[in-house]
Amino acid sequence: MKDTYTETKGALIVHLTGELDQHSAVNLRINLDKKIMDGANNLIFDLSKLDFMDSSGIGIIIGRYKNVTALGGTASVAGAKACVEKILRMASIDKIIPIYKCVEDAILMMRGEEIG
Amino acid sequence: MRLDFLSKTANEGFARMAVSAFVSQLDPTIDAVAEIKTAVSEAVTNAIVHGYEGVTGYVTLTCGWKERLITVTVEDKGRGISDIAMARTPLFTTKPEHERSGMGFTVMENFMDSVEVYSKPMEGTKVVMVKKL
Repeated sequence: MKDTYTETKGALIVHLTGELDQHSAVNLRINLDKKIMDGANNLIFDLSKLDFMDSSGIGIIIGRYKNVTALGGTASVAGAKACVEKILRMASIDKIIPIYKCVEDAILMMRGEEIG
Repeated sequence: MRLDFLSKTANEGFARMAVSAFVSQLDPTIDAVAEIKTAVSEAVTNAIVHGYEGVTGYVTLTCGWKERLITVTVEDKGRGISDIAMARTPLFTTKPEHERSGMGFTVMENFMDSVEVYSKPMEGTKVVMVKKL
């Protein structure tokens, strides 16, 4: 799995490509926590290129959500494919972390604008 | 099909790919393949993270079918599960510090038609999963 990052006004977009499992989760956690320590408190997980995720991904997302909200930040998930979204909803992540159709919607909502 | 591989997390992707290639002979739907792959990933991760817990051993993956009924088993010779009912409880995990979500068995149960767990402390665990295509 590959993790790349884009900074947009007030948010760090985390682009995940490939397959997220226990193996890839270890490095991703280290990379993300470093970004948070460096000041990225609003995270948007762009899952549009994530082809596979098991429950290891749930731990990663909830863990980072806890870290950024403790610092007054936010986290959201965007663009998840059907198989990934199924896992997210199975764990009821949508009850605590917003799930958006695409990154653009997540950015708008983060800025307090309406989704057109 | 039978595969024995070392309990390293790098082998999780290999296990998913092998099962995916095997079941593709039955011309399943994309959703069914994704669900089987996810269930296998959960069972293999459990064997590595909980069964062997940092010790290297072998994980055995078998896969077969009868008509449209796929059976996948994932077996380890690790430390076993002392309370299977508790282990299967959604959100229960013995490793919260490693951010394990406790959703592994719940995912397997949701994506497969049946999941049976056989385990003895210090002898190992065998998970038998069946799905009708």
